[in-house]
Amino acid sequence: MKLLRELGDNLRSFVVTVGAVSLFFGRVLGQIPRAMLRPRFVIEQIFNAGALSLVIIMTCGLFVGMVLGLQGYDLLQRFGSEDALGTGAALALIKELGPVVTALLFAGRAGTALASEIGLMRATDQLAAMEMMAVDPIRRVVAPRFIGGVIAMPLLTVIFVSIGIFGVQLIGVQQLGVDAAAFWSQMRSSVGVDDVMEGVIKGCVFGVACSLVAVYEGYTAVPTAEGVGRATTRTVVTSAVLTLILDYMLTALML
Amino acid sequence: MRSTRTVELSTGLFVLLGFAALFFLVTQITNRELSINGNSYEVYAHFENIGSLKPGAAVSIAGVTVGRVESIAFDQNVYKAVVRMRINSQYNKIPVDSDASIMTSGLLGGQYIGLTIGGAEEYLGNGDRIEFVQDALVLENLINQMVATFSRRGEDSEQKSSEAPEAQETK
Amino acid sequence: MIQPFSENVLSSRQQTQWIVELRDVHYSIGNREIFSGLTLTIPRGRITAIMGPSGTGKTTLLRLITGQIKPDSGQVLFDGIDVSNLSLRELYALRLRMGMLFQNGALLTDMTVFENVAFPLREHTKLPHSLIRHIVLTKLQAVGLRGAAQLMPAELSGGMARRVALARAMATDPDVLIYDEPFTGLDPISMGMIVRLVRQMNNALGITSIVVSHDVEELAALADMSFILAGGKVAAQGTFNELKGHDSQIVHQFMNGLADGPVAFHYPAPEYFEQLLA
Repeated sequence: MKLLRELGDNLRSFVVTVGAVSLFFGRVLGQIPRAMLRPRFVIEQIFNAGALSLVIIMTCGLFVGMVLGLQGYDLLQRFGSEDALGTGAALALIKELGPVVTALLFAGRAGTALASEIGLMRATDQLAAMEMMAVDPIRRVVAPRFIGGVIAMPLLTVIFVSIGIFGVQLIGVQQLGVDAAAFWSQMRSSVGVDDVMEGVIKGCVFGVACSLVAVYEGYTAVPTAEGVGRATTRTVVTSAVLTLILDYMLTALML
Repeated sequence: MRSTRTVELSTGLFVLLGFAALFFLVTQITNRELSINGNSYEVYAHFENIGSLKPGAAVSIAGVTVGRVESIAFDQNVYKAVVRMRINSQYNKIPVDSDASIMTSGLLGGQYIGLTIGGAEEYLGNGDRIEFVQDALVLENLINQMVATFSRRGEDSEQKSSEAPEAQETK
Repeated sequence: MIQPFSENVLSSRQQTQWIVELRDVHYSIGNREIFSGLTLTIPRGRITAIMGPSGTGKTTLLRLITGQIKPDSGQVLFDGIDVSNLSLRELYALRLRMGMLFQNGALLTDMTVFENVAFPLREHTKLPHSLIRHIVLTKLQAVGLRGAAQLMPAELSGGMARRVALARAMATDPDVLIYDEPFTGLDPISMGMIVRLVRQMNNALGITSIVVSHDVEELAALADMSFILAGGKVAAQGTFNELKGHDSQIVHQFMNGLADGPVAFHYPAPEYFEQLLA
């Protein structure tokens, strides 16, 4: 009986959270046109979310690609079809690894930065001060950061994938001796533009999800040092879980 | 505070890098590079079975890509697959009696259409049909055939062997 | 210089003697009742102090006046306008007439001092850069920090940050300035500067000032009128001398800083010896 009630309470609070996030999302969306009127702030946030995440994205892309090269080669040479390495690795990177790993890294790098920044603004009364100066913090603070994240994420995804394919090529072709022509031609003949689109669409959706989670957690953070810390942690966890769930749904939808 | 110029510069570089990566993916990784820009003409062929041929697959002669598969449809009138191919106008001397076969590049590779040049004096033009075709090799069919052949042989020998003891028993 | 919102909200009416009126306000957070029938009036053009022990809802009162929260029942009037009935847009228009100084300044940490003071002007006006520069430097000069214009908020001391925040609150020339705990955590010199500034703003510009604090000494020198909040109501009101001689126990305890009284030294607990022996 007690268990049942607890379950009910949890369910209730989950529904409440979903509702709150949706309303918040609506408010952010409503302010986007006005936020876009001042592109300088948006550019600054693309810089924060994108340009500053570039190094970590490129490093991770390279190593994921290299691992994929080693593992893929090991697997494929058992069937004597090392030439398919390009196809397999490219599809894996474009459709799954690229968007998902980028989203996880994005949540860890840019998401936490967003959440803690907004959370600290909440904790130090900066958001309240803006409201007192008749400036809507959703428009001035949240919306530009949200847009910045949404724009940065797909770009980071394609950069990650490109570097990743370079990594696969580095290991597969340069080191393990897969025939370069076969590697590229097989990749080209079996990867379609729609596969790339699938990756980009995933990148966009994850970008919206991760950015929304980050700005929401920051905006609703309990205004104490501990509260901001918790908001940051929750950002990473929620973003990661949400990314994987959405990934399944999108994959099922687009396959 | 970082100066506005630095922010704009690095953001610009980041965005350009992103689009460069997208361009790289679309042009270098996918089969889109086979798309024919400039003049081309279309031919089609009927196949009994196209296997896993996809739109966008290469059409090649002697291993050189000359065009790509434009569309694949099923024609209910002839109960065959209609494969439309777009071929670069540069290659305008393909004899009408050329042979189109669906081939596989490598064991796990994708399928493409290989054209084998015929001997006619007339050349394919826009809207022409390639008469001679070879269907895709479907692994299952091959195996089925093999199994069928083997099992028939097996049955034959079994029948013989089973007939023999029966004959003995009746005796 | 202010965007045209609805006119009736913007224009100062000067009709009544009271700029802020609270009528029978009830407000509770969860099950905890913060205000139960609070009624108070704040005179125009004066310095009014709002005092009280911790947890009596002084900050909540400010949030009610500025429309950040709405009362459960009762009315909050700002210059005769019911704050809780306004749309967000009208509320924002009204807030341009209020300046608020937060406890720690609440400067925007990613901008220089200059940009912080310029912020409300840039957000609400389309003034040319030269004019904004002129206004900002004037305001910074008034708080003595023109030389610090290019510093970041992180480089300021607590007192300086509050003076910058005051300059920022002044940027839109409000009718009312609200100070939330302006003296907390300051050294005596900075405190003296803030006290001087509060009085200056009031005397020179005729701005109504509402100071929330529990620094009895500083307020004694400043306030024309004082309220002591306790138990969700106004426990006492009047000039400082009137409060000194007030006969209510809580006022007596508060004004003289006594350790025990109606606000007990001991947090409610079971009988001491019983608990020890149990």
